[in-house]
Amino acid sequence: MNTSELARRDKFQFSMLLNDKRYRSYTFQFFALFILICAMAYLGKNLLENLAAAGLNISYSFLGEPAGYDINQRLIEYNSQSTHLRASIVGVLNTLLVAFLGCIAATFFGVTAGILRLSNNWIVAKLMMIYVEIFRNVPVLIWILIIHSVFLAFLPQPKAFRGENPEATMLWDAFAFTGRGFYIPKPVFYDGSFIVIVTFILSIVGIFAFRYYARQKLYLEGKLLETRWTSVGIFFIPTLIIYFALGSPIGLEYPELKGFNFKGGIHARGSLISLWFALSIYTGAFIAEVVRAGIQSVEKGQSEAAGALGMRPNFIMNLVILPQALRVIVPPLISFYLNITKNSSLALAVGYMDITGTLGGITLNQTGRAIEAVLLLMLFYLAISLSISAIMNVYNRSIMLKER
Amino acid sequence: MKTSFILGAVTVAGLTAGAAFAGTLDDVKARGKLNCGVSTGVPGFAEPDANGVWQGFDVAVCRAVAAAVLNDSDAIEFVPTTGKTRFTALASGEIDMLARNTTWTFSRDVDLKFEFVGVNYYDGQGFMAKADLGVSSATELDGATVCIQTGTTTELNLADFFRSNNMSYEAVPVETGSEAVTNYLAGACDVFTTDRSALAARRANFEVPTDHVVLPEIVSKEPLGPLVRHGDNNWGDVVRWTLNALITAEELGVTSANLEEMSKGTNNPEMNRLLGSEGNLGEMLGLDADWAKRAIAVSGNYGEIFENNIGAGTIIGLARGVNAKWTDGGLIYSPPFR
Amino acid sequence: MSENNSFVRKEMISERIPPAADRGLVKWVRENLFSSAFNAIMTFISLWVIYSITVAVIPWFLNGVWDAKTVRECYDLLDGKSGACFAVLNERFPQLIYGFKYPSSEYWRPNLATVLLIVALAPILFRRLPRQLLIFSAVYPFLAFWLIWGGSILTSVSAFLGCAIAVICYRRFSSRSFALAVLISLIAANVWWIIGGYIVDLNASFLSLEVVASRDMGGFMLNLLLGTIAVCLSIPLGIALALGRQSGMPIIKWICVVFIEFIRGVPLITLLFVANVILAFFFPPDTSIDLILRVLIMMTFFNAAYIAEVVRGGLAALSKGQYEAADSIGLDYTQSMRFIILPQALKISIPGIVNVSVGMLKDTTLVSIISMFDLVGMIRGPILSSTDWNGVYWELFGAAAAIFFVVCFSVSKYSQWLERQLETDKR
Repeated sequence: MNTSELARRDKFQFSMLLNDKRYRSYTFQFFALFILICAMAYLGKNLLENLAAAGLNISYSFLGEPAGYDINQRLIEYNSQSTHLRASIVGVLNTLLVAFLGCIAATFFGVTAGILRLSNNWIVAKLMMIYVEIFRNVPVLIWILIIHSVFLAFLPQPKAFRGENPEATMLWDAFAFTGRGFYIPKPVFYDGSFIVIVTFILSIVGIFAFRYYARQKLYLEGKLLETRWTSVGIFFIPTLIIYFALGSPIGLEYPELKGFNFKGGIHARGSLISLWFALSIYTGAFIAEVVRAGIQSVEKGQSEAAGALGMRPNFIMNLVILPQALRVIVPPLISFYLNITKNSSLALAVGYMDITGTLGGITLNQTGRAIEAVLLLMLFYLAISLSISAIMNVYNRSIMLKER
Repeated sequence: MKTSFILGAVTVAGLTAGAAFAGTLDDVKARGKLNCGVSTGVPGFAEPDANGVWQGFDVAVCRAVAAAVLNDSDAIEFVPTTGKTRFTALASGEIDMLARNTTWTFSRDVDLKFEFVGVNYYDGQGFMAKADLGVSSATELDGATVCIQTGTTTELNLADFFRSNNMSYEAVPVETGSEAVTNYLAGACDVFTTDRSALAARRANFEVPTDHVVLPEIVSKEPLGPLVRHGDNNWGDVVRWTLNALITAEELGVTSANLEEMSKGTNNPEMNRLLGSEGNLGEMLGLDADWAKRAIAVSGNYGEIFENNIGAGTIIGLARGVNAKWTDGGLIYSPPFR
Repeated sequence: MSENNSFVRKEMISERIPPAADRGLVKWVRENLFSSAFNAIMTFISLWVIYSITVAVIPWFLNGVWDAKTVRECYDLLDGKSGACFAVLNERFPQLIYGFKYPSSEYWRPNLATVLLIVALAPILFRRLPRQLLIFSAVYPFLAFWLIWGGSILTSVSAFLGCAIAVICYRRFSSRSFALAVLISLIAANVWWIIGGYIVDLNASFLSLEVVASRDMGGFMLNLLLGTIAVCLSIPLGIALALGRQSGMPIIKWICVVFIEFIRGVPLITLLFVANVILAFFFPPDTSIDLILRVLIMMTFFNAAYIAEVVRGGLAALSKGQYEAADSIGLDYTQSMRFIILPQALKISIPGIVNVSVGMLKDTTLVSIISMFDLVGMIRGPILSSTDWNGVYWELFGAAAAIFFVVCFSVSKYSQWLERQLETDKR
């Protein structure tokens, strides 16, 4: 008589809900669910009672009303008569903009510092250690405030560019770095610019195709094709020919000092610059540690073996060490990217109009719709986080498959 | 295990059974403390001094109400609020009244369900610019960069002003007033805009105040006053008439110096009704007869409060202007005590 | 014959010293600073960076004025030289540390509580210390509560006794059934707390310290307070969440997963907005809960979700054999977790938990955005907007950064030390 027969012969009794392992988990789960539902109902009831007592209601109609305020840094058309919804979208794009720029710069800072920390140059390694420790151990909010005030205090204001003997001058008459932000030339597209852009994209595709072809040739026939100069050629020549053939359809608009401010060009506001810099240098310190740990995680034997095979140092780094280190580096790296996105919500400390500044800031203040606005705000961040973790899971699975 | 101990302890510390919605007056009396929402720091209007004692023009209203209701002008819990948190703090019952440079607008009164009980300062939004910029009027500000504190009506007024004058501008939103000043002084903006009273207060603090000019335009009406929640009319009456008592006291010439003498009874019936030697106004409010006398005793009548906190004799140096009493051609006017 | 061979050396010659370029400082410099052209360039760049920072900061630092009443007085003393107004730190030091409302005659209380905190943490942090000290660690939270918030000591004593009763009941009944023991200890503790409440009410002035409301806490004390309490509360919650997430019961698992992913997916600042503007709507209409407590709830949730992920990593790192071995000797779920799985998993997770906790301490500065006067809030609010110290920016934020650096750096050094300790244990 084996156990399964025993089980079948047992009659179900209520005491089994508590004492029998097979049913006990149902009891637990039922209770957990029950408590959860009760808690939800209780909180919901309180919410409704409180709202009724204060004479308020939950309504999203405020999103369709005119916002009434202006946003300086914006990627899409917006004016004070646009709706709160559009203001929120401007905020969303600003969040994504600073997060995207921040991720790139943080990776740059982090990888540089992480590799230099392992450098055999004593003074460089120590400097990088100081950088990492100082930035990791001080709250990011303090860094944002300090770096913002550094920008304010040390960069010249537009006024300094004025006059016969200006205190500050523009870089190549094209770039102006002021306390109000950076002004850089803006490309202007005339008729025919579309063809130039398409040509440019096609030539980049061409480079990849050519490299793929060269590799196939090398693997299959053992012929080594020259790729470097050919790539450079494909990159420049067709685009330049088309560009001049069409009579320079893409121009540059330079910033110029007019009235109170610089006009023209692209204006990256001071708040964007300082937030971007602060977030990336802060997160860079964390990334540096991850990069260092990743490189150190590759056993010394690997690089020695590669050396014994006669590989040159840069090949050892690119073909042996980095591919193995990346497996350790990338998962935490992605969660740091996520952190940048979330930390960008501190933008309101420097007045950068991200989603927390528009929807969670001015819109919330002006309409008083706190519950609705904060809920939307959380949903937005949640959506970003979940999509990034989805990407991360895909990546994790892809590197797991390669493991033998 | 150790951690659950702390939970118990903190719960004991944090849970204050109090009250929110019905009968604020009774709640305040039962609690023995008035929860008053103030700003996080505007010189002259509400700021903690070096000893952490709140001082200022708005704070004086809180103190008067506390004295009238609780007979103790220090029985107040000052709750610092930002532009973002002030309305939810009031709506959720965290504070009993809000005295924080809040502009009386239609939507706040009607849509957000608050009750403005009066106006203690008539303000208007203005601009301050550096003198060497050579600007003499706000209409010359086309293309200027403007520093502005977020979370206030000023950013809406600013947008409206530039839009109606067909000018462009660049807003630099800043979270706190002191950071707006830092930005302005560092040159991150050409102009700083906020209520003219606050502009005067900030300018007075600059190293060389004469390097900065307040432009003549007033681009908005900003009636600032204390507010309470909708729906508790009795409490609203207490706050409203405490403010009115301060105003009436100035009109009738009752000051902190002659208060004791006047409260013994005079020939002026309205003064007698105000100070409780005649009639039963206090009883109607649910307070005792001396309520107004105590409110005035804290820091004097409206005029004295003005002079001591923001008047010409202080570092803020504001003139009475439209905030003079109506008999002097100003707007400060109280309905009669009858 | 050998006597005549003059070319044969008879004695060893002594070792010659290496060439000058290959010894001592020169060798070190050559190997560490100028081993290649690229390294030489990097060295010069680094030296230039160090030089320019020194030139900018040192005079500013050395010229610093430590004694002045206002910023104008300070500028007068500096007389146009570049220099810092450290006087603001001098003048506003109590405000930076305790906030502006904690009564100044009572500053010894938080000071003492901090010293005792170190004593109480020592046996937890360093396992070489005598175990008896752990008793003090258990008493500490109640003592600290009494010291910081004041009131009668009976409140703390009563709370402690309630917990002690709970522990005793649990010990007494845990051999029979885990669930029963928990239930009985909860009931016993609550009965005691109700009784104790009456006793405390009757003797409210016994050994009483001046009561300080939560709202009056501020400055760096508030940061430490929020950080410590949130971390302590979130560790058990985080472990429970991690176990729930690993659990085979789908409903419990999904509740935990949704909770963890939701909290981890949103920035702390939005949770603080919730604490500040929304949470009050979810409590019964006739109660109002202190802002500091609402913030603590949110911070605890936030930290717990991150700790749960760290602990989950620890659980996943254990080999499956451990779980199976526990099952095979007939331990039930609670026993196997308590005696086999958690001790090992937590040991692996400790460095991660410490890192998360340092992050939490740093994130407590965010409360300044919701108008609480912590260290950063104190600086941005009352101090910078005061007439006396308008515009003293660097000194204040530099000091704030330095305070946080000292605390966070020591904790992270401890975590690294611990990691090495644990590594040697493994071998």
